[in-house]
Amino acid sequence: MIKSSPLPTGVTVPVRDEERKVSNGGVQEGLVSIGLNAWYGRLLAIRNINIHFEPKHVTAIIGPSGCGKSTLIRCFNRLHETVPGARVSGQVLLDGKDIYSPGTDPVQLRRRIGMVFQRPNPFPTMSIFDNVATGIKLNGGMKGSRLAEIVERSLRHAALWDEVKDKLRNTGTDLSGGQQQRLCIARALAVEPEVLLMDEPCSALDPIATMKIEDLIRSLRETYMIVIVTHNMQQAARVSDFTGFMLAAEDRAGELIEFGPTPQMFTNPKDKRTEDYITGRFG
Amino acid sequence: MRGDAVFPAVTFLAALAIIALMLLIVYQMTIVALPSLERFGAGFLTGTTWDAVTEEFGALPAIFGTIVTSLLALLIAVPLSIGAAIFLTELAPSPVGNVVSFLVELLAAIPSVVYGIWGLFVLVPLVRDPLQRVLGDYLGFLPLFQGPRFGVGVLSAGIILAIMILPLVTATTRDIIRMVPSTQKEAMLALGATKWETIWRAVLPYGRSGIVGAIILGLGRALGETMAVTMVIGNAFKISPSLFAPGQTMASQIASEFAEATSDLYISALIEIGLVLLGISLLVNIMARLLVWRATRGVGGRLKT
Ligand SMILES: Nc1ncnc2c1ncn2[C@@H]1O[C@H](COP(=O)(O)OP(=O)(O)OP(=O)(O)O)[C@@H](O)[C@H]1O
Ligand SMILES: [Mg+2]
Repeated sequence: MIKSSPLPTGVTVPVRDEERKVSNGGVQEGLVSIGLNAWYGRLLAIRNINIHFEPKHVTAIIGPSGCGKSTLIRCFNRLHETVPGARVSGQVLLDGKDIYSPGTDPVQLRRRIGMVFQRPNPFPTMSIFDNVATGIKLNGGMKGSRLAEIVERSLRHAALWDEVKDKLRNTGTDLSGGQQQRLCIARALAVEPEVLLMDEPCSALDPIATMKIEDLIRSLRETYMIVIVTHNMQQAARVSDFTGFMLAAEDRAGELIEFGPTPQMFTNPKDKRTEDYITGRFG
Repeated sequence: MRGDAVFPAVTFLAALAIIALMLLIVYQMTIVALPSLERFGAGFLTGTTWDAVTEEFGALPAIFGTIVTSLLALLIAVPLSIGAAIFLTELAPSPVGNVVSFLVELLAAIPSVVYGIWGLFVLVPLVRDPLQRVLGDYLGFLPLFQGPRFGVGVLSAGIILAIMILPLVTATTRDIIRMVPSTQKEAMLALGATKWETIWRAVLPYGRSGIVGAIILGLGRALGETMAVTMVIGNAFKISPSLFAPGQTMASQIASEFAEATSDLYISALIEIGLVLLGISLLVNIMARLLVWRATRGVGGRLKT
């Protein structure tokens, strides 16, 4: 499905596994964007974003409202282009292969890159079980007991199993907001994506539900590559390994101002604007 | 500030007047229908004879015809309407969608009698041949498709009703689908659903109660539609299992016989059919409006925020 394409360094993939381990020069593992721009109609929402997310790491994207954080992560699962009039240019490489190459099927891609949205959005006409099973059913379905196994595993993974195991047949909208959000996380995990994109997953939640989701992110870090957009800088500091700071330029186009290991970003930012933003918030 | 007090009062009176008018109509119809009500009682609904000479009146064939033509209309119109609504909202590029939407709504503005004329001169010949010929030749072993192939009859009435309710059901379904939040669609897309799977598994289920409402709204329209049906149904007072047979609906019965109704009891019986029709239509419409209203206000989705 996904064709290989020349890398910026000029080296072409695929490289055999042993070679990759040794050199690692050809293929950058993880998710990489190169010169990424995205528009809504004529509005340029993000400009020339170059960023690198590594497997088994959590990367936080912070920045003021409207700077293009959501737009950026929606480019990584090609959801941006489903908005009427929206457009993308530049490259996004997943394990070295351009997800915007003509041979890439966005439907297949989205099965590898899961997403959790700002507001919990379970399917209201489906049971809790079916909410989690939906993605698997889309993938061609499977037999009952195996399906039940995966649903249970996903719900356990999302730290929701104990709260819902006796009411899997109830509708997902009967749950509290925090539970709904964990249900949405379980739904995304059920298809075993490689990457999990989370767009302010805690913004509609109380502190306790937020804590649970943060614990969850820390435990998911073992398995997944996670990108989390957040307004809450303590949260970024608590859960992430790397942090990217975005800011809208004069013309409203969002730019990546600084990117680095989280401790460094918060204690010793290189850019004045990052420092202003971080210290401004911390008072 | 006085206007603030006067305006609600005036609108309240207007609303009251509408309810009063409604009650008045029912009251007066009941008065006129009284002789028939007294004479036939509940047997009116189950009687199958309709004879002006012996003054024997029963409404069952008309009720039967109404139900059969309306259901036939739904059978044809519902898949088309839902398909068209999906096309208009989810698939068509927006200029195309807007133009087609406009045309669909224009269909609703065509007077019933025009549909009737068109039905009589264009539809009925086409129903006779090829439709009845093909159905009769290949599916003629079913009682549904037996008997003489006149063209005029229950089948033609069902088809013309389907065409007439199409705009209403399409436009209402389209509005329901537009109300489905994009977060629902995106949730499904993000799981790796195709566009079609997204419509089928997220959009339609989310809007289902509203869509059912749209269908019942169409049913309400079909039940009471008069002119076009009267012109193509053949006006025969009998219950036949065949869709090819001529028939009668409650509305067409009243329309085709009112002018020639001479005796008081005859008129009374026709009015009683009108009352039955009014009752059924009211029930169906109230149900439909409630469903559509619930759905477009977002209650149908039952999402907690
Ligand atoms: N569907 C849309 N159509 C047109 N413009 C949009 C759309 N969505 C976002 N925008 C614009 O794109 C820019 C970036 O929006 P985006 O939602 O990515 O910001 P954000 O950083 O996620 O903000 P927030 O923190 O408030 O969620 C904003 O100027 C916004 O007005
Ligand atoms: Mg956002």
